Amino acid sequence: MHWLALLISLLLSSPAIGAPIQAVASFSILGDMVKAIGGDRVEVTTIVGANADTHVYEPKPSDAAAVARAQIFFVNGLGFEGWMDRFVQATGYRGPLVIASQGVTPRDFVDDGVTVTDPHAWQSLSNGLIYVRNIRTALCRIAPSSCGAFTASAQDYSEQILALDVEVRAAVATVPPAERKVITTHDAFGYFGAAYGVSFLAPEGISTDAEPSAAGVARLIEQIRSTGVKALFIENMTDPRLIEQIANETGITVGGELYADALSFPGRGAGSYLEMFRHNIGLLVPAMKGD
Amino acid sequence: MSLDVLWAPFVEFAFLRRALVGAVILALSAAPVGAFLMFRRMSLAGDAMSHAILPGAAVGFLLSGLAILPMTLGGFVAGLAVALLAGAVSRLTAQREDTSLAAFYLISLALGVLLVSLKGSNVDLMHVLFGTVLALNDDALILIGLVASISFVGLALIWRPLYAECLDPIFLRSVSRSGPVAHFIFLGLVVLNLVGGFQALGTLLAVGLMMLPAAAARFWVRRLEAVIGLGMAFGVLSAYLGLMASYYLGAASGPAIILVAGIIYVLSLIGAPRGAILSRVLPARHRVA
Repeated sequence: MHWLALLISLLLSSPAIGAPIQAVASFSILGDMVKAIGGDRVEVTTIVGANADTHVYEPKPSDAAAVARAQIFFVNGLGFEGWMDRFVQATGYRGPLVIASQGVTPRDFVDDGVTVTDPHAWQSLSNGLIYVRNIRTALCRIAPSSCGAFTASAQDYSEQILALDVEVRAAVATVPPAERKVITTHDAFGYFGAAYGVSFLAPEGISTDAEPSAAGVARLIEQIRSTGVKALFIENMTDPRLIEQIANETGITVGGELYADALSFPGRGAGSYLEMFRHNIGLLVPAMKGD
Repeated sequence: MSLDVLWAPFVEFAFLRRALVGAVILALSAAPVGAFLMFRRMSLAGDAMSHAILPGAAVGFLLSGLAILPMTLGGFVAGLAVALLAGAVSRLTAQREDTSLAAFYLISLALGVLLVSLKGSNVDLMHVLFGTVLALNDDALILIGLVASISFVGLALIWRPLYAECLDPIFLRSVSRSGPVAHFIFLGLVVLNLVGGFQALGTLLAVGLMMLPAAAARFWVRRLEAVIGLGMAFGVLSAYLGLMASYYLGAASGPAIILVAGIIYVLSLIGAPRGAILSRVLPARHRVA
């Protein structure tokens, strides 16, 4: 009775498909990648959701409950989730902790005068491929029966990432090399800049957490004039009326909202990792050209 | 060091020229109002009103973000409502106007903070509370100019009853019924000046350009007209020196302007003929508050 044995084996293996793996990802971009590879065999809970700042996130009790239930837990690493270690200990989670950025060549950046490792590695699509590889390997390890499906979707996803990488390089290539400069308060574009040959300068003089002084605004205007930068991207903490004045005075384009370390809410242009990249490049390229 | 450090920043940067124009017009407009407040012994009423503006500005902010006209209109309506209610209570009951004003401005302030917190972050509230003299666009400058014009014309119209009431309120009440009307128009002008100022300096500091120059001038001269003139001069000087300090020393602009006005006040207190020291040394005829 061969068919009966087959049926029994199918029945036994079906829970693996019927009950998806419970996965938790530390932040929205990583959660999106895990979803893309896991498909409907993995149920992903994201701790720091869309449009929220992972650096300073305060975990909620419901997050701890999700982690305690989880079978696998994905984090970015490179110091991105500073609160994570204590949080994981507190939840009593004993499952595998997957560091998605493992194998990335880390970059340093200066944050408040201290040189630290730049955690925003996903801002280069070739690092994105490393993330995909790490996520696939980790999922295969805890659910070997679904490994074929994970490998197939990881393959498919990697091809999309590679195609987008070509697209991004082509878009940047339309900007004359001397004009590939952006002033931004976002400090998350180090890997992006290195991968695609764009320099990201921090604005001088103004900070998002202090009252502006005339000296500071004057320094920023002089910086814009002397560097010839045409693209200015300021995070939304700064008074928009002030930015408007600076734009008027220098003839600079104030770009829209870049998404650096969180996705946007769905339908706002940057709801997934790939959409986020398309969104940012769609803002950066015209701004650098001064259109 | 050549003299052009005195004007070079204003030649080079349009945003500084705008800041100077806005602050100077505000100083010219607010000083006379401040002088009248002081002569009417209502120096703290301006401060109370500046808090009362908040819910109106917050409603404007909720409806249309950091847009000038809705926030200004809302602030004006709220400030006026508090002034009228406080005045009405003091006329209908035995409670004095300073008490009812305190009551209504606190209600108004709490309502304002509540409304602002309904939408978005406290960062936005900070923009409402502190304003930015460095971010005056065309709309803001036009608004400030309009406020100053209305304020000058309004003060000219109610000058006589206001002036008479300052000197002798009981006499005015016996010969004229225009006292309360003039008083309410005057309160309207106070609110108007604060509303004009909060775009540039924020609700908290707008009252600074109103009171400090007038109070400093009072140490030098006695007559109301002289206090107004000198107060205007002190206000303009504060605007200029404050922006210079903000440019050369990197101080935040709004507080720098008000602090310069404060320094002028303290120096006047020490060095002026009617200040704390000389009035005791010089053979004074008699001192008048």
